[in-house]
Amino acid sequence: MNMNVTSLPTSTSPKAPMKSSHQKLLKDHSMTLGYVVLFGLLSLTVDNFFSAANIVGLMLSVAQIGMVACTMMLCLASRDFDLSVGSIVAFSGVLGAIILERTGSVGLAVGGGLAVGALIGAGNGVLIAYLRVNALIATLATMLMVRGLAFIVSKGQAVGIVDEGFINFGDSQFLSLPLPVWVTVACFVVFGVLLNHTVFGRNTLAVGGNPEAARLAGVRVERLRVWLFALQGLVTAMAGLILSSRITSGQPNAAQGFELDVISACVLGGVSLQGGKARIFGVLVGVLIMGTVENVMNLLDVDAFYQYLMRGVILLAAVLLDQLKTRGERRV
Amino acid sequence: MSCALLEFDQVSKVFPGVKALNGVSFEVHAGQVHGLLGENGAGKSTLLKILGGQYRPDGGRLLLAGQECRFHSAGDAIQAGIAVIHQELQYVPELTVAENVLLGRLPTRLGFVDHAAARRLVADKLAAIGVDLDPAVRLSELSIAQRQMVEICKAVMQDARVIAFDEPTSSLSHRESEILFRLVQALRAEGRALIYISHRLEELYALCDSCTIFRDGCKVATHPVMAEVPRERLIADMVGRELHDIYDYRERPAGEERLQVRGLRGAELPHELSFSVRRGEVLGFFGLVGAGRSELMRLLYGADRRSGGEVLLDGRKVSASGPAAAIEAGIVLCPEDRKEQGILAQSSVAENINISCRRHGLLGGVFLRHEREAARADGFIERLRIKTPSRDQEIRLLSGGNQQKVILARWLAEPGLKVLILDEPTRGIDVGAKNEIYRLIHDVAESGCCVIVVSSELPEVLGIADRLIVMREGRISGELQRAQANETEALRLALPDGAPSVQ
Repeated sequence: MNMNVTSLPTSTSPKAPMKSSHQKLLKDHSMTLGYVVLFGLLSLTVDNFFSAANIVGLMLSVAQIGMVACTMMLCLASRDFDLSVGSIVAFSGVLGAIILERTGSVGLAVGGGLAVGALIGAGNGVLIAYLRVNALIATLATMLMVRGLAFIVSKGQAVGIVDEGFINFGDSQFLSLPLPVWVTVACFVVFGVLLNHTVFGRNTLAVGGNPEAARLAGVRVERLRVWLFALQGLVTAMAGLILSSRITSGQPNAAQGFELDVISACVLGGVSLQGGKARIFGVLVGVLIMGTVENVMNLLDVDAFYQYLMRGVILLAAVLLDQLKTRGERRV
Repeated sequence: MSCALLEFDQVSKVFPGVKALNGVSFEVHAGQVHGLLGENGAGKSTLLKILGGQYRPDGGRLLLAGQECRFHSAGDAIQAGIAVIHQELQYVPELTVAENVLLGRLPTRLGFVDHAAARRLVADKLAAIGVDLDPAVRLSELSIAQRQMVEICKAVMQDARVIAFDEPTSSLSHRESEILFRLVQALRAEGRALIYISHRLEELYALCDSCTIFRDGCKVATHPVMAEVPRERLIADMVGRELHDIYDYRERPAGEERLQVRGLRGAELPHELSFSVRRGEVLGFFGLVGAGRSELMRLLYGADRRSGGEVLLDGRKVSASGPAAAIEAGIVLCPEDRKEQGILAQSSVAENINISCRRHGLLGGVFLRHEREAARADGFIERLRIKTPSRDQEIRLLSGGNQQKVILARWLAEPGLKVLILDEPTRGIDVGAKNEIYRLIHDVAESGCCVIVVSSELPEVLGIADRLIVMREGRISGELQRAQANETEALRLALPDGAPSVQ
């Protein structure tokens, strides 16, 4: 189609006021700003917080959550939900460890773990997209089943890993950052590009915004959903394998409650549970907030029981803040 | 003449960057129906929201029986005896008619809801206004028209002296509308003051005693006697210019048959349906609500599953796998329910335009070309005169007519467009935008595409279509060429008790 564009003349109706664009900028980045302030304050007040070793440790502690938050963001953006990620982390780790133990081949272990993760994810997708099971129920069921499988294949015991090559992955560094952190960074880059610069990403948001309208606009909604969940499973399995490499064993009871940490991070990052809205940068900030708070509480030797309380309070505060922002929007 | 029961005195309302109402004054008398006319965005709905207590005016006064009212909430307005029947009805689907009508004021006995008393109360009221409904039925089981009756009953129950209707017939069938009209007339006879908003002039002439016309937030004119105002005058007042023939029909040579629909069947359309469209032809589909027109279009588009039949475009079979396949073949649909099925409400205008056509010309087959998409959006905003502050505006903030233009732009951007299906393209859209959409339809047809227009507004399909197919109860009941098509003939084919199918 021939498009000779000048500017938009007549159509540019009542001036979009300058003030509101500043406000919008502030509103869009309030969480980032909040994090920067928080980080500054903690650096000044908490001993040992602002040190290279601690910051690297902080990043490493949220590496798994960060990876999975990338795909969870897409999942939430399409108005879906995935509770099975914690179980997939455990199962893929256990499975990788067992394959390694039996065959001694790192390639087979990693490949097997990833393939199974992707398959479970695709299974979730088929249940939700084609068999129309509610996402919460479907992934709750797979969460239980996959956790069960993790216990069954390992007979309830941790599966030790002795292979040096496999262990080294979680341990080694590149440019003074641990490899798992680099994997997480790569995930943020890849899924950021996927969200903002591909049809897949835009269609995901469209489906989350209005599935029926998206379908009538030519989006293959069912197929997209299966892909989303398969990707989620794949990345989650990768997180599971990395975790098992770091703790040198496959633990069937690892990552309990992991799904809630991931979803919390996304919500902190401004992903709407109603679907249709997501920003990769927000998710990054959400993940960092989660990690920082936990890290600081550990540095200050806060009792684990209080840590739960604090994490809940912070999540609630973030959501309430978001509500206040959108309410202001509606009043206008 | 009766005294003014309701008076708007210099009422203004300002939203950031927009003056929605600018010093509007007019009166509504008891025992009268007062029509409000104007294009979308002219300020009618804002006025009703002020009346209903949802907005507070930034200037001016609202007088009820000579007393100034200051509403702080919707509850205040109800207390004062004002009821607004909104376009989107407000009810609880899983509660019964009686419960909905008495919501918030259910009669109780010993602290428990007295269902028998509630039903009796509501049954009496329903009988009084001449509505035949069982108070014990859940609202989810009723038709939209019946739900509207319930809403009106609620207003009467609250003893509303002023009742305002916002486009009440936009989703009603012919017969349902008739029932509503009788009810409105009965309410007028009881001495209530009624405000009636509609885009359908026939309806306004039939119902209203007087009317006020709005344009761009200002009052253009108040006509104390509706019957004396010529139609052209009303339209000219609304759009601010003369519009002689809003349909702008242009003669076109008919080409060869391009789209053939053979024996299509589906869950809701058990009888085989066949028709064809020629190159450059505008084919109208008329029928009463529930005749199966939208269902047929959804089958053709692949939006619903077919149980039989095939669609051929330029002699080649079109896959029935879904809308994506139809679009690939060049068949596109602007759905009936714009808000639920057309727009991606939270997305920008540009996103709504580009969602489908962006698959062509990706960078390396993978990455979006943002500048190209922006340019495309700007091009359509200019070409179709879409009123929006920018391409990044969320589409839900646009008026209905402009939203419809964005959906049209989405399909005009398809390089392989061959068949354009429009289901109720001008529902809830003002006269000016209607005219622009009609012109666009003719442009598309002239470029060699097939255009199918489904509409419940008879003058509209008669005005723009080269040929008219009439449906009745899931079957095609007749076909009329433009030369022989008229309202009587089309209605005869559409009404259930008309002549047997096919002349």
